[in-house]
Amino acid sequence: MDNKLGSLLKVPTIKKSIAETLLRYLVIILFTFTVFGLVLFIAGKNPIRAYADTFTSIFGSFYGFSELWVQMIPIMLTAVAVALPAKMNLINVGGEGQLFMGGWLATWAALTFQGLPKVIFIPVLMLFGFLGGALWAAIPGLLKAKKLVNETISTLLLNFIAPLIISFSVFGPWRSAESAAYPQTPAFVDAARLPVIPGTRIHLGFIFAMVALLLFWFFMKYTKWGLEIRAIGGNPEAAERMGIRLQWHILFVLCMGGGIAGLAGMAEVTAIHGRLRIGLSQGYGYKGFLLSWVTGGSPIGILLMAFVFAVITSVGDTLQITQGVPYAVINILFSLILFVVLTNPVLKGK
Amino acid sequence: MIGPSKSVNARKEDEPLFELRGITKAFPNVLANDHIDLNIWKGEIHALLGENGAGKSTLSKILYGFYQLDSGEIRFLNKTVHFHSPQDARKLHIGMVFQNFTLIPAMTVIENIALFLPDLGMFLVRKQIIKKINSLSQRFHLEVEPLAPVWQLSIGEQQKVEILKLLLANVKLLILDEPTRVLAPHEIAGLFKVMRGLKEEGYAVIFITHKIKEVLECADRITVMRHGRVTGQLMRSEASEDKIIEMMFGKTKIKQVERIIKAGTTSSKPLLELKKASTKAQGFSVGLKDIDLKIFHGEIVGVAGVSGNGQKELGDLILGLLKCEEGHKFLFGKNATHWPIGRVRREGAAFIPENPLSMAAVPNMTSQENMAVNNTRKYSRRHGFFIDLDTALTDLERSFENLGMTAPPFLCPIKTLSGGNIQRVIIARELAQSAELIVAFYPTKGLDVLSTIAIRQVLMRFRDSGYGIILISDDLEELFSMSDRLIVLYQGKIVGHFKPEETNMVDIGHLMTGARG
Repeated sequence: MDNKLGSLLKVPTIKKSIAETLLRYLVIILFTFTVFGLVLFIAGKNPIRAYADTFTSIFGSFYGFSELWVQMIPIMLTAVAVALPAKMNLINVGGEGQLFMGGWLATWAALTFQGLPKVIFIPVLMLFGFLGGALWAAIPGLLKAKKLVNETISTLLLNFIAPLIISFSVFGPWRSAESAAYPQTPAFVDAARLPVIPGTRIHLGFIFAMVALLLFWFFMKYTKWGLEIRAIGGNPEAAERMGIRLQWHILFVLCMGGGIAGLAGMAEVTAIHGRLRIGLSQGYGYKGFLLSWVTGGSPIGILLMAFVFAVITSVGDTLQITQGVPYAVINILFSLILFVVLTNPVLKGK
Repeated sequence: MIGPSKSVNARKEDEPLFELRGITKAFPNVLANDHIDLNIWKGEIHALLGENGAGKSTLSKILYGFYQLDSGEIRFLNKTVHFHSPQDARKLHIGMVFQNFTLIPAMTVIENIALFLPDLGMFLVRKQIIKKINSLSQRFHLEVEPLAPVWQLSIGEQQKVEILKLLLANVKLLILDEPTRVLAPHEIAGLFKVMRGLKEEGYAVIFITHKIKEVLECADRITVMRHGRVTGQLMRSEASEDKIIEMMFGKTKIKQVERIIKAGTTSSKPLLELKKASTKAQGFSVGLKDIDLKIFHGEIVGVAGVSGNGQKELGDLILGLLKCEEGHKFLFGKNATHWPIGRVRREGAAFIPENPLSMAAVPNMTSQENMAVNNTRKYSRRHGFFIDLDTALTDLERSFENLGMTAPPFLCPIKTLSGGNIQRVIIARELAQSAELIVAFYPTKGLDVLSTIAIRQVLMRFRDSGYGIILISDDLEELFSMSDRLIVLYQGKIVGHFKPEETNMVDIGHLMTGARG
């Protein structure tokens, strides 16, 4: 009887919480853009003009608009890579490194298995991309599970090692012979390229991201593992006493997170670049981290805010061209968002 | 400042220090305080007595400015005062010692005290503070080492620091919220001595408890509360246990638990056997040394000991959270030395922990989810892709029925339930599976009289139906009335093994404190 009443009561609360979430993000966005406008104004620029330019460049052309979605893909994936371990109070700062290593192992597969038909090649690349990130995350996972090193530190430090491995590969063994001037691998065969929507650069990775968000939500809400992970996040001592194996779960969620970030790397190399380059990531791992914390790990929030983040990134590009403001100023904007969210528990949704 | 008062008898004619008039405070779904009237005199220990949820803590937190009252008034020396925060209360020299202490473990005693002083200057003049501490601690039997870090102190000593803190901050009315809950018997005696010393110097003390014996031992004035109302006020001289019980429980009859002594019914095969089991000491806890213990069907084995002498470790060893460094552990006839926790539980061991909210429950989850997560193997469907929460709920409801306990709401986060209800949910959960061995840690600690008796009856019923039970408790009366056999733990060793009929509390008490054996 109680149960029925409970399920009846649940429906309106969900609707209400979605409305609240939307309102919350709206407030965050308006506030940050206002403050950033002030910053621009102090720097002697015309903020209204700057925003208008951005608006026309993004929303004025189909291509400009489509680029937003391209931007969203890696940051949504790396946000899930952070949000999943965060459910167990594990702080994965290593999305960037895991993304690099996913791209790296996918590159190895792309260069090694040439000749596979596309329908088989893409899943193989996905598998290796996932593995690359997962194995990279397994290092901090094992260190944490054995209670040796805090995962925040190890994941962060590994971010500095992963690009070196990429550098070594593209300067050394994998360096392309035909474009020897650039440190990059040869172009992948066509069968190893992710399909894109014609006329844009939106690629299959968008589906990965959507599926990852959906699975993440489903996994946490309905499955046995989701329940166990939430239990560990809620009270690790009680969970351990109930017989849930903490060590195994620590390793598992970090590897899953790493694998998802690895998928983002795989998508970047196979869809955007078509080869492995040093400049594989525009700080996607860190943006994903920010995105995850700003949204409190809510899948809908990640989707919505990823769009906003993509807009902000485009603002940076536009400002650099039209106003001569260095691209780096958008870091002010990103940090403002984090600041606003962290200082205000209501906005954080807690 | 309030001067000391020596004339205890003349007090009635004096005007009270504080007068509470018609204090009313409602929380969602519950009227915590319903028109409470209370007078507080200086130089008096005023006991607030009542079951859990009677409204004692709420009332005292209103007086401390922690909660705002809905209606009613607080009068200080005949003037109405308004408390918007504890700061306002502290200006009138009211101080409170909470159930959970507010000390910072890494800092020393004087640093903790200095943090609380209202007149702390720019610099920490240690010598001056030490001098103040020493003069007060000698006067009131509150001896602590001022330079010791707080984490090194026992709970009893930490409580002394809390009281010193208040005294140094010029508090004249001390509110002690269930101060005896965390103390060992000899520490309780020490606390009462402190309270009497304070009273003689003219301080007012509000002493919150649900233990009748303690009230009769040290209170001057007794106010009994039930369901948010005052059901009676007595001076110590007029009070008796029967009178108080009637005020606390109304017409409810309290049935004590009876243990029928069975002669030679212990079977030959033990449910649990520890053979020379030892554990490594971790941090500041003790390690177990050469524990030999057998638990058979249909018996309760009581474990006596001053808290911190290896009880927690014994439970954790059986559960598998602590590893056997040496020796062996057998459960249900099988070598379980290296079993993971999940296996121990699945094979039929149930654990009732000391502190259910922190040790056995996920606070933000509902009771239903807490039930399901305890046995995800049982409740997972489709290879784990779904969790059958409905069955978990049914099982939990059935277990409550079996145990004859009233069910609290199961679909709100478990942390919103009262302490007694959380304990009930955990007990119901643990006993829902078909267990044979029950490891019960202080199962009645902090519970009111009625819940305590209900839980003892449950354990006794399980014993009678053939379960083997380890009962770890610091309540010797509980151990003597419940146990078929008693062991005494001291510094990680079993220093005594008795039948309760063949020993007495004094002997056990000596063994517990290491005075003999």
